[in-house]
Amino acid sequence: MSEKKDFDFKKDYKYGFKTKTKSIRETKRGLSESVVREISMIKEEPKWMLEVRLDALKTFYEMENPGWGPDLTSIDFNDIIYYIKPSNKVEKDWKDVPEEIKDTFNKLGIPEAEQKYLSGVTTQFESEAVYHSTIKELNDLGVIFLDTDSALKEYPELFKEYFTKAVPYNDNKYAALNTAVWSGGSFIYVPKGVEIKKPLQSYFRINSERMGQFERTMIIVEDNSTLNYVEGCTAPIYSNSSLHAAVVEIYVKSNAKCRYSTVQNWSTNINNLVTKRSIVEDYGHMEWIDGNIGSGINMKYPSCILKGDYSKGTTITIAFAGKNQYQDTGAKMIHIGKNTTSKIVSKSIATKGGKVNYRGLVSQEGSAENAKSTIECDTILVDRDSTSDTIPTNIVKNFKGQIEHEATVSKVSDEELFYLMSRGLTEDEAKEMIVMGFIEPFARELPMEYAVELNQLIKLEMTDSIG
Amino acid sequence: MVLEFKDLYVSVEGNRILKGINLKIMSGETHAIMGPNGTGKSTLAQVCMGHPKYKVESGDILLDGESIIDLSVDERSRRGIFLGMQNPIEVPGVTNFDFIKSAIQKRMRKDEHLRIGKFILKYESASQDLDMGKGLAHRYLNQGFSGGEKKRNEILQMKMLNPKFAFLDEIDSGLDVDALKLVGEHVTKQKSADLGLILITHYQRLLDYIEPDFVHIMINGQIVKTGNTELITKIDREGYDWVKTELGIDDEDDKPYSLGNCPTKSLV
Repeated sequence: MSEKKDFDFKKDYKYGFKTKTKSIRETKRGLSESVVREISMIKEEPKWMLEVRLDALKTFYEMENPGWGPDLTSIDFNDIIYYIKPSNKVEKDWKDVPEEIKDTFNKLGIPEAEQKYLSGVTTQFESEAVYHSTIKELNDLGVIFLDTDSALKEYPELFKEYFTKAVPYNDNKYAALNTAVWSGGSFIYVPKGVEIKKPLQSYFRINSERMGQFERTMIIVEDNSTLNYVEGCTAPIYSNSSLHAAVVEIYVKSNAKCRYSTVQNWSTNINNLVTKRSIVEDYGHMEWIDGNIGSGINMKYPSCILKGDYSKGTTITIAFAGKNQYQDTGAKMIHIGKNTTSKIVSKSIATKGGKVNYRGLVSQEGSAENAKSTIECDTILVDRDSTSDTIPTNIVKNFKGQIEHEATVSKVSDEELFYLMSRGLTEDEAKEMIVMGFIEPFARELPMEYAVELNQLIKLEMTDSIG
Repeated sequence: MVLEFKDLYVSVEGNRILKGINLKIMSGETHAIMGPNGTGKSTLAQVCMGHPKYKVESGDILLDGESIIDLSVDERSRRGIFLGMQNPIEVPGVTNFDFIKSAIQKRMRKDEHLRIGKFILKYESASQDLDMGKGLAHRYLNQGFSGGEKKRNEILQMKMLNPKFAFLDEIDSGLDVDALKLVGEHVTKQKSADLGLILITHYQRLLDYIEPDFVHIMINGQIVKTGNTELITKIDREGYDWVKTELGIDDEDDKPYSLGNCPTKSLV
């Protein structure tokens, strides 16, 4: 136990470091029409993009916070810097990346990871991608893997065709905010009939106090193609409130397959309000592997719109709420096509007074004949101070649909702890083992290094020294 | 080494279960604790392991003269106490292999490293000896195990962890004749000058395979009689009532209030 008390979170936590960076350009603190115009100007965007941004800003002002879930009234939109540009150009080569920035990446272990697993890396430092490498393999296949800003410049028509088509800016207040001030993110286009065997990965990170991050990710997987995309984020520790409001739009075409995996680990002062949605065509399959370890308030419900006949949606999600954390997560499956199927597996863990909710929607529309859905929500409460609610909404609007819903809530019992401890594990280790076992169905879906990282994160979160 | 219970009184939720236990177990000895249901046999094992439900009211448990009653469960385990449980818990998502590996790593000094190759060989041979099947290592801890597999898994853990004093709590229940023979023979194989074994059982049949040096009869939270294997034969033939009569034990107080008798029972 004494070992753990000596653990200095700020000093010892692997991701809890900051690198001093001089930003070449940043916008004034706060949100206004002129800030939005300035962002668009710095980026030398086409006029239509500025117009969309301004419309979205107007919508943002008009819309209210969600009427459910955590209280978001404490977010001060005028206390956030919406855009910081760390360097003027997008890097192509690792050796051209500024030393200071490299230092941060080294601490995150990106170069090693790159060698082992990555087919290509987009690393977002502050608001914009500064490092980008796409290996030859991908280029040869005709795959586009760019930061979103570059994609707008290089492929304006393709970009315009899909931008805001899965998540319109009036979808919710934070989608509107993202559309108004978005910067960075990944853009992936997989042409017809291309199967990318290795996962694509990208790391995101906030590194400036009170700085919001508003990345926009767009993924298009054309007919008969396969993509496995992994996004990772870790954040340093801050004392001031911060906001992460991203939008992810994914288009899965006929008979295509897309898997999007992420483990978010924002520090607990960050409100993570992310809109993720995919549109799936005939025989397509979308899989969300969605891990939520960090952030103070987290609201995230990855969605699949199963538009095509025989299309399929899968969401496997975990949410871990420790001290001062409120995880309100889940999944949405909207069945429109005939014979569509969906599966949601949700694992929630609450410890040290954390609150974790599963909030889900499964809707089988009138046209979705023979749709089938299964939902499995399991929650484990590690102690008595922690709480959880399961809030499912299941709707069937035709006579041939089928929904199966199973939910369990369990507590870590004295008997379980006794058994594991009787073999020599400490109480903390025993709890950790039970929790790790509980999330195993999620962890096994992750690439090896991510599973290892997740393991370490949970270990850190489960020890007494954190929080 | 020596494990000693000294005038031990233990209660659960206000009910006194153990009422003055005195028992001394030396390394190399095998003790059997027998007795009717609900007399505190399992409590003795659980309290020695440190289950939080059991409260020591007075008395002590000494390991080589040193009290262990204030130690945590895991600390006791690392000092060499082992409890093969009656109802092993299922832990989904944690493989049997990883669990045992973690438990062994906890026992090692800081400067030691687990030699994984050696460990795997030991694990494989132990699970083969116990007829556990090849997939065992990757199955989740006790999940979906049959009653017999769970018990064999307890013995496997005992073998891997090398305890100094091991309680086996009704390790025979749920085993068929062949499995019982296998478990019995395997436990016997593990007997050594360094291991003190305490077998808790209702029946003689386990003791056909593991011969105890001492047999204790426990009734109403006390050890009322200690003897050798002859005692077992007598219990198997005559039950426990003769012990009560012989020693003048009146457990009427503990019997429930009942209005009338069941006629068939009187007939039998």
